[in-house]
Amino acid sequence: MDFLTLIQVLDSGVRLATPLIFACFAGLYSERAGVVDIGLEGKMLMAAFLSAAVAFMTGSVLIGLLAGVAGSLMLALLHGVASITFRGNQLIAGVAINFLAAGITVLMAQAWFQQGGRTPALVGDARFEPITLPLAETLQDIPFLGPIYHELISGHSLLVYIAFAIVPLSWWVLFRTRFGLRLRAVGENPAAVDTAGISVIRLRYSAVLICGILCGLGGVYMATALQAGFVKDMTAGRGFIALAALIFAKWRPWQAMATCLLFGLLQSVALRYQSIELGGITIPVQLMEALPYILTIIILAGLIGRAVPPLASGEPYTKEN
Amino acid sequence: MEKMPRWADIILIPLISLLLAAFLSALVILAIGESPLNALDLMIKGALMRSAGWGYTLYYATNFIFTGLAVAVAFHARLFNIGGEGQAMLGGLGVALVCLYIPWPHWSLALVGASVGGAVFGALWAFLPGWLQARRGSHIVITTIMFNFMAAALLNYVLVNLLRPKGSMDPATAKFPEATHLPTFHDMFSTTETVLFRGSPANVTFFVALLACVAVWLLIWRTRLGYEIRSFGQSETAARYAGIAPGRIIVVAMLISGALAGMMSVNTSMGEAERLVLNSVEGAGFIGIAVALMGRNHPFGIVLAALLFGFLYQGGAELAFWTSIPRELIIVIQALVILFTGALDNMVRIPLERLFVALRREGS
Repeated sequence: MDFLTLIQVLDSGVRLATPLIFACFAGLYSERAGVVDIGLEGKMLMAAFLSAAVAFMTGSVLIGLLAGVAGSLMLALLHGVASITFRGNQLIAGVAINFLAAGITVLMAQAWFQQGGRTPALVGDARFEPITLPLAETLQDIPFLGPIYHELISGHSLLVYIAFAIVPLSWWVLFRTRFGLRLRAVGENPAAVDTAGISVIRLRYSAVLICGILCGLGGVYMATALQAGFVKDMTAGRGFIALAALIFAKWRPWQAMATCLLFGLLQSVALRYQSIELGGITIPVQLMEALPYILTIIILAGLIGRAVPPLASGEPYTKEN
Repeated sequence: MEKMPRWADIILIPLISLLLAAFLSALVILAIGESPLNALDLMIKGALMRSAGWGYTLYYATNFIFTGLAVAVAFHARLFNIGGEGQAMLGGLGVALVCLYIPWPHWSLALVGASVGGAVFGALWAFLPGWLQARRGSHIVITTIMFNFMAAALLNYVLVNLLRPKGSMDPATAKFPEATHLPTFHDMFSTTETVLFRGSPANVTFFVALLACVAVWLLIWRTRLGYEIRSFGQSETAARYAGIAPGRIIVVAMLISGALAGMMSVNTSMGEAERLVLNSVEGAGFIGIAVALMGRNHPFGIVLAALLFGFLYQGGAELAFWTSIPRELIIVIQALVILFTGALDNMVRIPLERLFVALRREGS
C-alpha cells in the first residue's frame, strides 16, 4: 500500500467515523444520565429520511437538516415519554423505535416519491458540499504533511467538523460544568440527585433530547453529505456499531472518539478490499465487518479491563412518597 | 389485594394495546391515501378466505411461534433475548448441515435430526451471551445485538466461501436431498376431489411448533427447572436465598431460548426453501419480541399472537400486491405493538387500575 492509498483509506475512515461519532455521543449523554438507548439506529434513520426528503423538496440542505433533527427529536421524545414518564422498559422502547423508523421511513418515501422507498438524488444546494480549508491547495505539494492536510483534514463537509468539535465540547460539558456533574450523578444515583432538590425527570429529559439532536445530525450527515439521498435502511446498523463503540470506550468521550475512528477505519478497509493478505493468512471481508462487535464482546468478557455501565442505567426512577 | 382482576391483566390490557396499535396503523394508511377498511378487507380476503392464504398465514405463524417462545422463556428469567434473529440464522446452519451431510432414509427421521441440529446450533449461539451475563454481568441485550451482527457475517462467510455449490453465484447451499423434503399441508390435506393449500409453504413443522408450545408450558409450569427460572425472574435475591444458582439459571434459560429460536429454521430452510439461503430469517427473530409481549409469555397466548402476526404478514404481502401500501406497513404495526404492549404498558395499565379500584369502591 503506498502513501496516497493509505491517506485515501484514512480519509474514507474519517467520513465513515462521523455518523458513528454523532450516534456514539448521543448514546453517551443518554446513558450517562441513566437512560439506555438502543434506538440510536432508528433516530438516525428517521433523520436521514426527513432531511433528504425536505432538502429535496425545498432545495435547501439547511432546512433539510432542521427537518431531520426534528424527526429524530420526535422519536427521542417518545423514548423519554415511555422510559421516563411511564417508567417503561427502556430496551423495549428502543426496539420499538428502531422498527417504527425502519417502517415509517419507507412508507413515507413511497407515498411522497413513488421510487420504491427512496428519495430522489440530491444535487447542488440540497447537499452539504466539501469545505476546502485555507491554504489546502497551496500546501498540497509539501511532501508528507501536504497530502495529509489536503486530503485527510481538508475537504470534508461541515458536519464532519461539527462532529469532531462535539468531542471536546462534550468532554467539557460532562466533566467541567454543573449540568454535566448532575447529569452523570443522575445516571449513577438518581435518589441522591433528587434529595439535593434537583429534578431527575428534567435532567433525564434533557439528556434524551440532546441524544435526539445528535442522532439527528448523524442521520442528516448520512443522507445529505456521505450519500446523496435516502435509501431504505441506509444506516445499516451504524446505530449499533456506535453503541458498541460507546461500551468499548467505557462511556468516556475521548476514548469514544478514538473507538469511532477505529471502527470507521475498519469499515473503510472492508469497503475497499474484499479480503486482506496478512502474513500469508487471508482475512475475509466478513471478519472485518464483524470486528467492531467481536472487539466489543472481548471488552465485555473482561479480557481487556472491564466495561461497567453507569450504575443506574436502564432503571426507571420512582420517587419515594 | 390485587388492583385489578386477572382477566383484565391477561385479556383487556393486550386488547386495548392492540386496538391502539390498530388505530394508529389505520391513521398511517389514511395518510398514505388509502382506505383502512379496504385494506383490512384485502388482508382478510388474502390471508384467511382461501386455503392457500391460510397456508401462508400458518407458515409465518410457525416461525413466530418458535421465536415467540424463545423470547418468552428468556423473559421468564427476566432476560431480554433480542438475539433470536442470530440464533435462528445459526440454527439454519445446523439444519443445513444435518440435511446435507447425513443420508436420511425418511423425512420423519430427518425432521427429528434437523430439529436437533437447529436447536443445538441456536443454543450454542446463545451460550456465550448467557455466560457473559452470568459471569461478567455484561448486559444480555447488548451482547445478543452484537451476536446478531456476528451471526450475519459468519453465515455470509460460510455460505459464500464454504457451502455454496461450485459455479453458483447465489450465496446459498445446494438443494437438500429429496429424502429430507417435508410434507406440506398441500400434500397432507388435499384429496383428489378438493385441492387445499395449493402452492403454499405451510408444512408439518407447524405441528412441531405446537409440540414446542406444550413442551415449554410443561417446562415453565410443571418442572423444577421451570419453577427455578420463574423464581429467578421474579426476584433474584429471593431465588438466591432459596438456593437457586443464578448463573446456572441464566445460562440454561438462554440455551433453551436459543434452541427454540434455532428450531425456527426447520420451517424456513427445510420446510420451505429446501436449502439454506442468506436471508432466511427475515426479521422473524425480532417479531418474536412482539409475539411474546402480546402473548403475555404464555404458550397459548403466543400461538394466538403468532397467528395474528402470520395474518399480518400474509395480509401485508397481499396489500403490497394490490395497493400502493408497501410491506413495511407490517413493520410499523409490529413497532406499535411492541411499543404499546411493552414500553408503554403503564400508560394503559395505570388508568385501568385506577378505574378498577374506583369501581370496587363503588361496589362496596
